[in-house]
Amino acid sequence: MKSSNNKKHLLTGNEAAAEAAILAGCRHYYGYPITPQNELINHMAIRMPQVGGTFLQAESEIAAIYMAYGGAAAGARVMTSSSGPGISLMQEGISYLAGSELPCVIVNVQRGGPGLGDISPSQADYFQAVKGGGHGDYHNIVLAPASAQEIADLVYDAFDLADRYRNPVMLLGDAQLGQMMEPVEFRKTPRTHQTVKRWALTGAEGRARNIVKSFYPVKGELETFNIRLQRKYRAIEHEEVRYEEVNTQGAEIILVAYGTCARICKEAIRRASGTGLQIGLLRPITLWPFPKEPLRRLAKKARAFCVVEMSAGQMVEDVRLAVLDRCPVHFYGRMGGGVPSSREVLKKVLNILAPEGTLELEIPEIPTELGKGLYFSTIP
Amino acid sequence: MTEKIILIGYGGQGMMLLGRLMARATMLDGKQVTFFPSYGTEVRGGAACYHLIVSTEEIYSPVVEEADTIIAMNQPSYLKLKNYLKPSSLLFLNSSLVKEAESLREITTYRIPATEMANKLGNVVASNMVMMGAYNTIKNLVPLPLFLECLQSSLRGRKAPLLEVNTLALLQGEEYVKKTYLKGERILKTSAV
Repeated sequence: MKSSNNKKHLLTGNEAAAEAAILAGCRHYYGYPITPQNELINHMAIRMPQVGGTFLQAESEIAAIYMAYGGAAAGARVMTSSSGPGISLMQEGISYLAGSELPCVIVNVQRGGPGLGDISPSQADYFQAVKGGGHGDYHNIVLAPASAQEIADLVYDAFDLADRYRNPVMLLGDAQLGQMMEPVEFRKTPRTHQTVKRWALTGAEGRARNIVKSFYPVKGELETFNIRLQRKYRAIEHEEVRYEEVNTQGAEIILVAYGTCARICKEAIRRASGTGLQIGLLRPITLWPFPKEPLRRLAKKARAFCVVEMSAGQMVEDVRLAVLDRCPVHFYGRMGGGVPSSREVLKKVLNILAPEGTLELEIPEIPTELGKGLYFSTIP
Repeated sequence: MTEKIILIGYGGQGMMLLGRLMARATMLDGKQVTFFPSYGTEVRGGAACYHLIVSTEEIYSPVVEEADTIIAMNQPSYLKLKNYLKPSSLLFLNSSLVKEAESLREITTYRIPATEMANKLGNVVASNMVMMGAYNTIKNLVPLPLFLECLQSSLRGRKAPLLEVNTLALLQGEEYVKKTYLKGERILKTSAV
């Protein structure tokens, strides 16, 4: 057992993202420092020269995203990363990437906002990530990892998806996922395949020139392009939805949460086991495309949904759109760096199931061998 | 088995390093582990807090809501940590710097003069290892050989001479807690040293 653990590295989520990108064949990273994603940029600064890649600290996030645009247009696997304010600055460039159909992986390690906000964990950039963020009718493919290991795994997939669909892919993490250290095992042979990019600007010698652009001034051309783009998005919606279901079979109430909040919900489910409470979880792994169908299916049986987010309630809108009026959708959220506790989530669940406080349940602490035994407490 | 630990002290008291070493050593021992530091906006002289969870099961939330163990290195830390206590918690206090600590009912408290002990060994920065020695004697969470291996690999090059004082500090923490609290109870083997 111990020998198999030798491949494990204790890494922050940020470092895991950077190393996985290098293993996936990314040799061009452009970025600008901002907490809480600096371990990523730091790791890239150390590693890129070692693997013969390019690390460039740009003069701003706007410059960084357009450097990524340039690298992507030349056919390279490119990555940039930032947090809240920096990602906001990148929005114009992300719209251009989508409009020019360029593959690019963007990591957003979310922090508290709006404005300069603070550096603690948040999920309040959800709308910006999944609804566009920049101008025009476009979508990022948005992946939401929940552990350092999943960050590493999804970074490989992010590059593949970006290449396959010629589309920007955003990895939406948060400060807690970025800063937390966990064991990470990198895939030995990354399931990663770089497609031949016939559209890339590689020098037109011996072939017709390629053009990478998002400008369609001739009347009608832009609409035709948009129709094609939307067809691509429908195909992505059809093919690429990913989610995890926990304990949903027979659950009275289904929690819906991604990333850090999904882990807190799992903790809440573990704490409630043995109390008779039937709580399930649906964890979207792709936030766009959103797992609408599984939610619709669960809505036929569940009594209620409860969405848990570190925001004022953003994903809750997509859950409501998915289940329509089939099932009530409740929300529990913390904002501005507040991270919900499993206790708070359970309190909310009890509230939903027994609004007048008619139901009194004791939530047992997780038993430990090292501790002095079970600890019971009533939720305040 | 799940052990949720909060390590808390001034920036510079080595809680970050201690937490990382414990995390790495328990990972190599085949356990699940999460190590979540507080970062960034801590003020100088304030309390820097680290959440370490070690488990034989999958760890969900990396945030410690109720700690099995708290290792507190100074007075502000001690005041900050009370929110995390539950009746079965163990509390390891650096009694050189935590002077005003009332006896908490149902909380088992170990007071170790870690700063004085490390000072006597000639290097105050080893106070974290005194606490580690004391903690591990009680809880036996981390296999000592693995811990020492991790300690050695983090003290390379210029820092290599610090290995000796750190190892001594570890042993003294162990001895102190045995002498003061265990009084001839089970003696844990430290033959690896």
